[in-house]
Amino acid sequence: MSLISLKNITKTYKVGNILLPVLKGITLDVEKGEMLALTGASGSGKSTLMNILGCLDRPSGGEYWIDGIEASKLDNDGRADLRNKKIGFVFQNFNLLPRTSALENVIMPLGYTAAHMSEKEMLEAGRTVLERVGLKDRMEHEPSQLSGGQQQRVAIARALVNHPQILFADEPTGNLDTKMSEEILDIFDQINENEGVTIVLVTHEPDIAARAKRVIKMRDGNIETDVSKDSTI
Amino acid sequence: MNIFRIIKSAIKAILRNPTRTFLTTLGIVIGTASVIALMEVGSGAQETLEKNISAMGVTTINIRPGTVTTGGVKSGTRANLTAQDAEAIRNECPHVVAVSPVVSARGQIIYAGKNWSPYFITGIDEDYMRISNWHVEKGSEIDASRIRRGAKVCLIGSTIVRELFGSENPIGKDLRIQNVVFKIIGTLKSKGANMFGMDQDDCVFAPWTTVKSRLKGAGQSSLSSVSSSSVNTSSSDGIYTTGVSFYPEIKNADRIPPVRFVNVDSISASADSLENVPKAVEEITRVLRRTHRIAKDADNDFNIRTMSEMSDFFTSQTKTITNLLLCVALISLLVGGIGIMNIMLVSVTERTREIGLRMAVGAKKSDILRQFLIESVVMCLMGGIIGMLLGHGASLLLAKLMNWPSAISYLAIVISVGVSAVIGIVFGYYPAWKAARLDPIEALRYE
Repeated sequence: MSLISLKNITKTYKVGNILLPVLKGITLDVEKGEMLALTGASGSGKSTLMNILGCLDRPSGGEYWIDGIEASKLDNDGRADLRNKKIGFVFQNFNLLPRTSALENVIMPLGYTAAHMSEKEMLEAGRTVLERVGLKDRMEHEPSQLSGGQQQRVAIARALVNHPQILFADEPTGNLDTKMSEEILDIFDQINENEGVTIVLVTHEPDIAARAKRVIKMRDGNIETDVSKDSTI
Repeated sequence: MNIFRIIKSAIKAILRNPTRTFLTTLGIVIGTASVIALMEVGSGAQETLEKNISAMGVTTINIRPGTVTTGGVKSGTRANLTAQDAEAIRNECPHVVAVSPVVSARGQIIYAGKNWSPYFITGIDEDYMRISNWHVEKGSEIDASRIRRGAKVCLIGSTIVRELFGSENPIGKDLRIQNVVFKIIGTLKSKGANMFGMDQDDCVFAPWTTVKSRLKGAGQSSLSSVSSSSVNTSSSDGIYTTGVSFYPEIKNADRIPPVRFVNVDSISASADSLENVPKAVEEITRVLRRTHRIAKDADNDFNIRTMSEMSDFFTSQTKTITNLLLCVALISLLVGGIGIMNIMLVSVTERTREIGLRMAVGAKKSDILRQFLIESVVMCLMGGIIGMLLGHGASLLLAKLMNWPSAISYLAIVISVGVSAVIGIVFGYYPAWKAARLDPIEALRYE
């Protein structure tokens, strides 16, 4: 069974009296360990799709299965739990807590479900993931003392601290220069290859999308193309 | 999330902006401090009051002339209490252990070129000292025979000793009161100020018979009606004796003289115990109604005041004032709470992205609600505890500097800490609810 399975997902927003369909019936399967890019012009519905995939939003219609759980049927708390245990997020603007050390930022998600962990274990887990993203000597630094690339790496460490099965990155390099973008993408590659974490990259930049093995292009609420590298070569 | 972790992260979040937190809590700090200080000063005042009252004698009963109605017109008070009334009370009321007529006068006293105008020049009899809790420090009391003789002797309070005699021993000296020479036979132990703030030690006590007959302005009726039949010239006090017995030593058979010869300003009495004060009052009323020949349905022409009544009155007065001030303090606490709500709302708006992020990584609505609620409660409690220390310090300082009484009020501590926690919950709930209601997607996108 696929890790993610969408069946005819629709999303319609209501603006005043007008119904605005944003997703018009998406059917999609993502296997465990895939790295795929979700692209499309703005307004194509890729952000909405990512919000649904990330369990931040619920679809208007259709079925969404993630790791054997029907997420489209879950209530708010159920989805919060799912996000905590199975999903990691990386955002364009990092979203780190200001005036809080990198380590504290990273272990923040553990506070919500890892009641079984002691303070010490939580800090240990935080240190481990920070080392993995190459920030061994920056643990006590606050976001304002870190470069953009370092901040994004802290954000990646935070997304990984709960050992999620799937990582959503929403324009992760949008605020970074080319060199830093490369570093971040390298880290994604590593995580994907070494740990088998499924990664969904949402981006509108073709060269970043090109790093993924599978590229899904959205257009007007539908999937326009779904290209896997293996098949094109 | 574990409650300790929430509290820890709440404290961290609060301390991320120390200036703002300080200013926000200031309202709570001031509110709590004033509540504590007021309650402590208030309960201290009450304690002192109670002490003062019991020092004045809790069993004391004061009888004063009351309003007199003549032909349906209330015509003010008339001097209608007499020494015979006092005598009747002494003889006929089983629950009254001591009775003394009281006559007061005003005027100058002179000793060796120094003069002084005492607060009290009081004519008393031998029971008065016991009734009002006075004690002789040096010398002797005014005994019954001196009172009967109308001896020109007196006791003086410590203020007068200080003002007129300094380090000199006043006993045996001549004191001129309104140009009448009195011999000082004793000094009184100091009692300090009474609950009206009057200096009780600024007093001269003399036999009531002497004050009545010798001093101007004592009572209102003249002594012309006094029979001067029995003359006592064989007194050892010599010149201090008036030579006239105003209060003849009479045999049991005619204990109450047939003539109402002299009125007194008031009568002080003492019940045998605190519980028996109402009974004693009843007995006195019965006796006085008879001696004053008051018709069955007519009002009393005298007033009876007891110390317990007075103490109740003053206690309720202090309570009223303390409660009034307490209301003001509680209002300031309320205003402080509104300040907390205001800042929490600002904080929720400011931290919208953080809320979105926390939701994205798995915080439930209830987690967010609890987080913000605990932040406001922690903030209020911190303010409450600081305010408690400040308030307690202030009341101690007041006690020291202004010599005001102050007592630790555990009730006030419990109340103010409880109230600040409740304020934290009440005024923190709306902002926390607003935070929990946010949509994670919109919150994450918030600029």
